[in-house]
Amino acid sequence: MKVLQVIDQAFRTTTEEQDDTILWLTQSMRGAGGDLMVLLSGHGVYYAVARQRQPALAVAGWQQSQPANVPRDIANLVESGVPVYAVQDDLEERGLAHLALQNGVQPVSRRAIADLYEQADQIWQW
Amino acid sequence: MSDNTLLTFAFMDPPFESERTVTFFRLLDAALEKNASVRVFAYEGAVALAFARQQQHGNAVHGRDTGEEDHPLTREWIAALQQKAEQKGLSFEWINCGLCVDERGVNEVIDGCGRGGPPDLWRYASEALNTLTIGTR
Repeated sequence: MKVLQVIDQAFRTTTEEQDDTILWLTQSMRGAGGDLMVLLSGHGVYYAVARQRQPALAVAGWQQSQPANVPRDIANLVESGVPVYAVQDDLEERGLAHLALQNGVQPVSRRAIADLYEQADQIWQW
Repeated sequence: MSDNTLLTFAFMDPPFESERTVTFFRLLDAALEKNASVRVFAYEGAVALAFARQQQHGNAVHGRDTGEEDHPLTREWIAALQQKAEQKGLSFEWINCGLCVDERGVNEVIDGCGRGGPPDLWRYASEALNTLTIGTR
């Protein structure tokens, strides 16, 4: 079975969880032998061009020591054999199209999304 | 839908925050009604849906005491779904993401709800006719 994880919300609880929860879920299931693909769409395309670790949160005297590192998580997915795609149209709408995609992230046009969906047995829209 | 249909649901919302939670439970009920067995993977805030210490309360604004108010509790909805599945000879399984439980301190869950992780979601989905994921918005 092949699952396409569609992530269209970015930075959802990344400060508290210190990762993107769906990227984390995908990495964990990949580690358990899952066959997965990731499609970054909508605000999720910010992950495709992210270069820096999230700034550490400070609240009163409390200081975060392990902020989210989305570029690392994307790289780990690619290295583990999970194809990662980003919707080119969504990058353009957000003024991000001039930025280089992270290594291994593949642009896909909105018109080609249907072909991507056809490659999966299940589509999980988060 | 055939009698041996198995559906998997992954849900992220906590109780008492969103109408998605109500819709999610109505979908589970509808699945059982159509004779589908159900498996749920509760992720993030959804692990509190099965928290055993949920308590009803009175509501002074409504002018009702605890008994009169009869406040809905998601743990009771889960129990009702478990009972419905049993009566219909269907299976109803519920696994909470263990790490999500730990960080929220909602370890005490009602009977019939277990603890697991993403490999369980993968197993659930692999064996199901299909999977519906409902993320937090």
